[in-house]
Amino acid sequence: MEVKTSKVRTVLAYILLLILTFLCLFFFYILIVNSTRSHAQIMKGFSAVPGKAFVVNLKHVIHDANIPVLSGIKNSLIVSAGAAALATYFSAMTAYGLYAYSFKFRKAAFIFIMLILVMPTQVSALGFMRLMDNMGLLNTLWPLILPSVAAPAVFYFMYSYMQSSLPMELVEAARIDGCSEFRTFNRIVLPIMKPAIAVQAIFAFVQAWNNYFIPALIISDNKKKTLPILIAALRSADFLKFDMGKVYMLITIAIVPIIIVYILLSRYIVAGVALGGVKE
Amino acid sequence: MEKKKGKMNKIKSVDYSKWGYLFILPFFLAFFIFQLIPLVSTVYYSFFEYYRSGLKVIGPTPVGLANYKALFESDFLKYTGNTIILWIAGFLPQIVISLLLAAWFTDLRLKIKGKQFFKVVIYMPNLIMASAFAMLFFALFSANGPVNHALVNMGILKEPFRFLSSVAGARGLVALMNFLMWFGNTTILLMAAVMGINPSLFEAAELDGCTPTQTFFKITLPMIRPILVYVLITSMIGGLQMFDVPQILTNGKGTPDRTVTTIIMYLNNHLYSKNYGMAGAVSVVLFIICAILCLLVYFNLNKDDTINATRKHRGKKGGAK
Repeated sequence: MEVKTSKVRTVLAYILLLILTFLCLFFFYILIVNSTRSHAQIMKGFSAVPGKAFVVNLKHVIHDANIPVLSGIKNSLIVSAGAAALATYFSAMTAYGLYAYSFKFRKAAFIFIMLILVMPTQVSALGFMRLMDNMGLLNTLWPLILPSVAAPAVFYFMYSYMQSSLPMELVEAARIDGCSEFRTFNRIVLPIMKPAIAVQAIFAFVQAWNNYFIPALIISDNKKKTLPILIAALRSADFLKFDMGKVYMLITIAIVPIIIVYILLSRYIVAGVALGGVKE
Repeated sequence: MEKKKGKMNKIKSVDYSKWGYLFILPFFLAFFIFQLIPLVSTVYYSFFEYYRSGLKVIGPTPVGLANYKALFESDFLKYTGNTIILWIAGFLPQIVISLLLAAWFTDLRLKIKGKQFFKVVIYMPNLIMASAFAMLFFALFSANGPVNHALVNMGILKEPFRFLSSVAGARGLVALMNFLMWFGNTTILLMAAVMGINPSLFEAAELDGCTPTQTFFKITLPMIRPILVYVLITSMIGGLQMFDVPQILTNGKGTPDRTVTTIIMYLNNHLYSKNYGMAGAVSVVLFIICAILCLLVYFNLNKDDTINATRKHRGKKGGAK
């Protein structure tokens, strides 16, 4: 009896998992298939078999003057790489400052960061936009990169990681060897933090890559637009006149690189998700 | 490093404290410039009449609470309702499925194979650009898109269904996307929580003849309550920020009849039309709600007082008082 109910539940579990797997993969499968089909083929109807128009669609997207996709990719890469580098380096630095030193406002600083841990940036978007305007930074990429220096969630991850993996004895040994505090951080602490930095760099990169709300408020110059803004521009264009092959191709360009990186690093990323939420 | 001759026990001397301040300085500087100043000026603008009418700039003139009054007389409440409906429609299936999957994945009596594969697959949508995902759904679910083609070909539908012209269709698509993007993330978090439960509890339950259902409700659920609360509140905050998906799906219009317009879409409209007074008022209301939720997250995470745990962990070497 016991064994039998287990079996039934196993079968049920597999059925649900298959449905969910289908839901997760199906839309992306159609996306990739349709990015290889010409507009005429797509309009004729649904097909699960790829076409031969991949290169043609790619050329159409690249040569469309209204959606500067090449500069979009470049801008997105600059913003995401910059944001990931700043977020991980300075979060590790902040976490180290609070982990390794005792000073008067240490606890207050920690509590403060924990309080703003999940505060959305949207609430100050108005002031941010005005401030960037006053500083002459509208239509530059700086406002999308520099705020990453203060990333509370990345800090929290780094801090938890230090608690489990950075023995203070090591830091003290470095001090006795005459290593300066800053050098200790860069040469001894950072290498130990590598796994945490790698995981958080991926998340920070993806988050910046996908970010749409703030960039859309800051950037209006076509040459500075990032990929999500180009997608939005495509959406507001007159859709009936659109080459659907081109539409699917642009979406593919925006999301497939992330999927490829994810598949390569999935083991670490999934482990990182579990660590991020649970402090064990 | 004149201190280097100092002995081990002198290491936590006051001299090092300036390094602590120096190391945390960039974070607080960036926070101050890019978040605090903007927040203060956002609050400030909310008390002013300050907008653009054509090319003419009206204001800024102080108007007290007039913007807030206007806000609650506008469709703000309708958009708040939309946001809550969209959030719940995505969150309910998400939490049910995630709990189910977390319980199944961690149940050793069910020998589910390929757990790693399933985890990788269900987490993937979380990394997808939300705006691109919404654009994809727009293309797939449009009247002559592939989904309608397929449904008509299979004989399930007689004629194409206009998903984006029906309230249930448009809201359903937003909820489906939110569900797909977040259930994998939640499942992984809950799994980690379930695996953190002492296995002897489950063994004892099994020996006592508990059914899987009893084990789930009497042991698993109560034990993972802190994580459930965390998931719930962070999801609420995420729900309040809902923007990319409905914005792109409906081209910022919230069609049909603004039933998919969320709070942030409303804020975005004010920012674009440069109505700074009203944008400020929306932001402040949002800030107050988020601040309450932030406090809840803080107390939830600090039930076992992280910073005290640190001190214990580092023994006498660390602890600031």
